[in-house]
Amino acid sequence: MAQFPERPSAWGGLATLLDTPQKRYAAIAVILVAMAVAPYVFGSYGTVILTNALLYVLLALGLNIVVGYAGLLDLGFAAFFAVGAYTVGITTLHFGLNFWLALPLAILLAIIAGIVIGAPTLRLRSDYLAIVTLGFGEIVRITARNLRETGGASGLIGIDSPWLFGWHIRTPLDFYYVFCVLAILGVIASVRLANSRLGRAWLYVRHDEDAAEAMGINRVKVKLAAYIVGAIYGSIGGAFFAANLGAISPESFSFRQSVLILMAVILGGMGKIPGVILGAFIVILAPELLRDFGDLRLLIFAVGLLLIMLFRPSGIWPARSKSR
Amino acid sequence: MSLLELKGVTLSFAGSKVLDGVDFSVPAGHIVSLIGPNGAGKTSLFNCITGFYKPQQGSIQLAGTEMLKLKPHQVTQLGIARTFQNVRLFREMTVLENVMSGQHSRTRAGVIDAILRLPSQRREEAEIRQVAEECLSFVGIIEGWEREATTLPYGWQRRVEIARALATKPRLLLLDEPAAGLTSGEKEELIDLIRRIRNERDVCILLIEHDTGLVMRLSERISVLDHGVMIAEGTPKEIQSNQRVIEAYLGVEEDALDL
Amino acid sequence: MSIFDIFTNQLLNGIVLGSFYALVALGYTMVFGVVKLLNFAHGELYMVGGFAGFLVLSFLAPYLGPGWLGVAVSMVLAMIAVGFLGVVIERVAYAPMLSAPRLSILITALAVSLVLQNGMLTLTKGQYVPFGAALGFGGIKLGNLFISYNQMILVGVAAVLMLALELFVSRTQYGRAMRAVSVDKDMARLMGINVNAVIGITFFVGSALAAAAGSMAGAYYGSLWYFMGFLIGLKAFTAAVIGGIGSIPGAMLGGLILGLLESFGTQLPGVGSEWKDVFSFSVLILVLVFKPTGLLGKPEQERM
Repeated sequence: MAQFPERPSAWGGLATLLDTPQKRYAAIAVILVAMAVAPYVFGSYGTVILTNALLYVLLALGLNIVVGYAGLLDLGFAAFFAVGAYTVGITTLHFGLNFWLALPLAILLAIIAGIVIGAPTLRLRSDYLAIVTLGFGEIVRITARNLRETGGASGLIGIDSPWLFGWHIRTPLDFYYVFCVLAILGVIASVRLANSRLGRAWLYVRHDEDAAEAMGINRVKVKLAAYIVGAIYGSIGGAFFAANLGAISPESFSFRQSVLILMAVILGGMGKIPGVILGAFIVILAPELLRDFGDLRLLIFAVGLLLIMLFRPSGIWPARSKSR
Repeated sequence: MSLLELKGVTLSFAGSKVLDGVDFSVPAGHIVSLIGPNGAGKTSLFNCITGFYKPQQGSIQLAGTEMLKLKPHQVTQLGIARTFQNVRLFREMTVLENVMSGQHSRTRAGVIDAILRLPSQRREEAEIRQVAEECLSFVGIIEGWEREATTLPYGWQRRVEIARALATKPRLLLLDEPAAGLTSGEKEELIDLIRRIRNERDVCILLIEHDTGLVMRLSERISVLDHGVMIAEGTPKEIQSNQRVIEAYLGVEEDALDL
Repeated sequence: MSIFDIFTNQLLNGIVLGSFYALVALGYTMVFGVVKLLNFAHGELYMVGGFAGFLVLSFLAPYLGPGWLGVAVSMVLAMIAVGFLGVVIERVAYAPMLSAPRLSILITALAVSLVLQNGMLTLTKGQYVPFGAALGFGGIKLGNLFISYNQMILVGVAAVLMLALELFVSRTQYGRAMRAVSVDKDMARLMGINVNAVIGITFFVGSALAAAAGSMAGAYYGSLWYFMGFLIGLKAFTAAVIGGIGSIPGAMLGGLILGLLESFGTQLPGVGSEWKDVFSFSVLILVLVFKPTGLLGKPEQERM
């Protein structure tokens, strides 16, 4: 028999490169050590940037489940990020709730919001979701700007940083490590989902809705699950974002934010976890390198996105390794 | 006693009747063929049975359960599986993953089970895999499971599709032109496979097919649909000598029933 | 002011607003009808149309003056320019994607919209740009209701454009070809219709209408902003969905309804103007839940 081409996997070719457990453990060890020492190499400013990049890794992994796995375009992802951040901000500031109690509440609210938006829309043509989520993103931002409880246009300040078993998570370095852990957990959850019954169902529905239904898959339910898992990622990201900065304002959750997260997913390569991580780092680090370009950098991103879609829709990360 | 029972099924698109008061049944344990000239409404009837089309009138029952209002995935859950006229395997997925899709409605694990890798989830995954492997072996595909399904030779893809349908653990299997595009050798294997599915797995078979030779050899009952109306029903012998059937075929196409 | 005065005033506001929405919604719905694509860049064409009108006007004002004559000529030239831009976008970005998965086309459309938006952001440095028209403040008074000439002209021009479009689609050969392509592209091709040309004309006309709305909005409201297409794109989509996406009369009706809903909705207790956008997006979501085919849309075709 001829050589069988291997199918593109969530790891996008890494699986063939790291084909033995030894190589895999070695790679993981290198990454962990690099993550641990990075703050000492890049200094305090670098640490803040890296923390931001890790936040984006988490958000992009969440959006990747919606866009990359289930094939649904969500243009209002920042809304869930806002739900998480504002839930933590409001409940800790106004009701004196502990961060660790506010977090599950934030997740719960994101799930409810996901159902309210997703359940009616996902029955329809999948393009409707794109525009409804765009509208939803605006609703959340405008609401945050108009309500007294959310602090209006200036937002909320003085959000307490959380304690964890006697450790007060407070310095930028503390938060860097917290976001390291979140990103790692995000990757693990994404991988496990991809290799599960539900993860496969997302791909089935994405590739052929009719055939998937004929196999007994409830397409609305499966899509809704993807949308909600994405929402949970977003709201966890938002909750820790609020705790980290101590201050949030509506403009952190604008359409531009949603677009940047989406770019992270697409530039690197949707559906492929290393690609998404790469994309998140590009989106955060490129502005640092292109700082002199000012407003031009958004244009550069936009042109980049267009070129990627036209010439390399699978993203920067290679789909699979060429040789075996 | 019949497993599948259709009564007065009427389906119209934009005013024109595709199916007109179709009565039809599949007796338990039988291999039944649905034949008729092109455009007679055979695939439409399949789509009604599997819930993809909603007939305006009539009743469709599987072992006494009314299915007219059910969605396709609910029909599958009740025990009807299907293949498509033009093979529709999931692109960019392996043969094994394709067949594993059949087990979706028979399993439960959700988001939390998957993220925490609960023991029940791992057991279920193993089970899904095992069923898929068994179905693949049953249709005679014992290698190349990790290959991208749509890169297989056409005849193999047809068999993967049948394996995928079997993985839903159906009581009734609907095959839409399973022999189309197969070589004569492959057709012999298909006849053998369909018989084995019925005999060894106790699955009723309903097929649409244009290869009349294959239909006559394989079927125990044949129903003939013409212009949305069921014009004849009987054993292969009865159908071969049925005047209306001969007219229907002669009136429509040159290559009439080659009897 | 009496309740009646408030009512007539809001009615007028709603009609003016609705005219803008309807013009933009038309392009949305035409493109969707013909290529089944949600053209995210459509709102951006409205924005570019506004800036194109501004640019032309700044050249012509010395000769034609900044009044309605200058604005009218600028508007027509802007329509032509943006019409071609629409065709170029279709050729370069969408045509190669029409057989690609849905998600890819949607993302490409988004990318085009971001390029236009951020291109203008770079050019204008994010500043508001005064349009430079001087239209005067005259008008007529009906009781307590003041209707400016500008409002009358604006609504009149919108109505004329829509009427022209309706005639174009229902009476001309191109219009018939357009309808044929929207029903079944392959069948239309078999019948000898040049499908690519029809798609091109559709993009031209739709984009030109958006540019007309953009130029008029610039002249009427007095200033332009690189982000002005974002909200109206969303609103126009809402209008198209209310009317039934794919339906041309539906887009006109939907635009008017949305304009009126917004202007009256903001008068409701608890719905101040700061909640206007939330109000219309909620309408969008409600329509999608309860009547996804809209008022004049045909039911979604059977799958398979």
